[in-house]
Amino acid sequence: MLAKRIIPCMDVDKGRVVKGHKFQNIRDVANPVELAKRYNEAGADELVFYDITASHEERPIFLDVVEQVAAEIAIPFTVGGGIRSIEDIHQTLRAGADKVSINSAAVKKPDLINEAALKFGSQCVVLSIDAKQTGPQKWTIFTKGGREDTELDAIEWAKRGEQLGAGELVVNAIDTDGDKSGYNLELTKAITDNVNVPVVASGGAGSNSHIAEVLTEADADAALAASVFHYGDIRIPELKNHLDQNGITVRR
Amino acid sequence: MIAIIDYGAGNIKSLQFALTKAGLESQLTNDQDTIRQSDGIILPGVGAFHDAMTALRDLGIAGTLQEEAANGKALLGICLGMQLLYDKSFEDGEWDGLKLLHGEAGRIDDSVKVPHMGWNTLAHHNKSTLLQGIPENSYVYFVHSYAIKSYNPDELISSTDYGGKVPAIVQKNNLIGMQFHPEKSGGTGLQLLQNFGGLAS
Repeated sequence: MLAKRIIPCMDVDKGRVVKGHKFQNIRDVANPVELAKRYNEAGADELVFYDITASHEERPIFLDVVEQVAAEIAIPFTVGGGIRSIEDIHQTLRAGADKVSINSAAVKKPDLINEAALKFGSQCVVLSIDAKQTGPQKWTIFTKGGREDTELDAIEWAKRGEQLGAGELVVNAIDTDGDKSGYNLELTKAITDNVNVPVVASGGAGSNSHIAEVLTEADADAALAASVFHYGDIRIPELKNHLDQNGITVRR
Repeated sequence: MIAIIDYGAGNIKSLQFALTKAGLESQLTNDQDTIRQSDGIILPGVGAFHDAMTALRDLGIAGTLQEEAANGKALLGICLGMQLLYDKSFEDGEWDGLKLLHGEAGRIDDSVKVPHMGWNTLAHHNKSTLLQGIPENSYVYFVHSYAIKSYNPDELISSTDYGGKVPAIVQKNNLIGMQFHPEKSGGTGLQLLQNFGGLAS
């Protein structure tokens, strides 16, 4: 039976993992390659790396990190941040990433998803959605790290992403990001109900039970979190025991 | 030396890293002589079926793979690479494959989420040295939208369950297919690559 996935996410700035709260107040955490190895050994099912600066001159440093991670671990990982063109995707996959996550660039140019899916296959194209609640049962897509309102409806955008060929969606609730108050179950469920591709929930994990509820009540296929894993608030082996005891299929 | 067929974009570096970890020497190549001189061949999966077959033909490798397979050299197709070993695929049309194995690839049924993405378990059917150290229900990492739909049951080594029985490992003598990614399947995947290495020497 297909297992639900647990995905630690690492925001990388100039070759170091950092963690912000609501995308700001960034703090230095660790060496990405060391952290990746640790998560691999702890039983993480997948990893995500976001290049949060992704300026042109710093990209080669980041691709070095991607290659070092690929050399060290034998589980899949996704790379996002600053992916703007087919050439960016090509370079990132060649460096050893399994999937690329596209966010702002897809809003600006939706055909990028389509072109990437045709060229590299849907399985390696992840559409990352940053959504903020703007009304009852209404969420809107924000870009530029949560600063710019695109006025795109989150559910419509998710459906569009699937049609364009995205093989997976990451749904990040900006309102709860870094709060440790639980995932946004309503938003996640609204999206899982409307698409037929895997959905990764992101933003708000604070405890084992938060992860259990987003995987069951909101039907997410995977749960992504950052700081709670980095600081040891949630430990993956204990988390997987908890999920298993609650009847959720996990890889152990 | 294992020849990893390099015929376009995609993540084949991870495969080479994994082979190194499994103690196997490898080379990324699209050179026919290098492929002929190798002890075994891995055909990774890249992009869409039709594009991949076109690239293999344009590079002149399709024929080389068929010859080497007929000579008894161990050939492992991974993910799309496994599907390419078969007669044909219905991915965005109807396209001929390498016709080394009899059967066809088609889209995974929409009753489940497509792509099939994540860790799923192996159920074993026929005996193979490939399964040394691979217990029943071992988890491996899948990511695919198409799967082998018709095949010879005698060639089915392991399957997984995703909207029905999905062939995960197939083998006909020296010809092997793995629908999942052994290079991304942790220790289980490395063991499978090592077992393939045993057939390649």
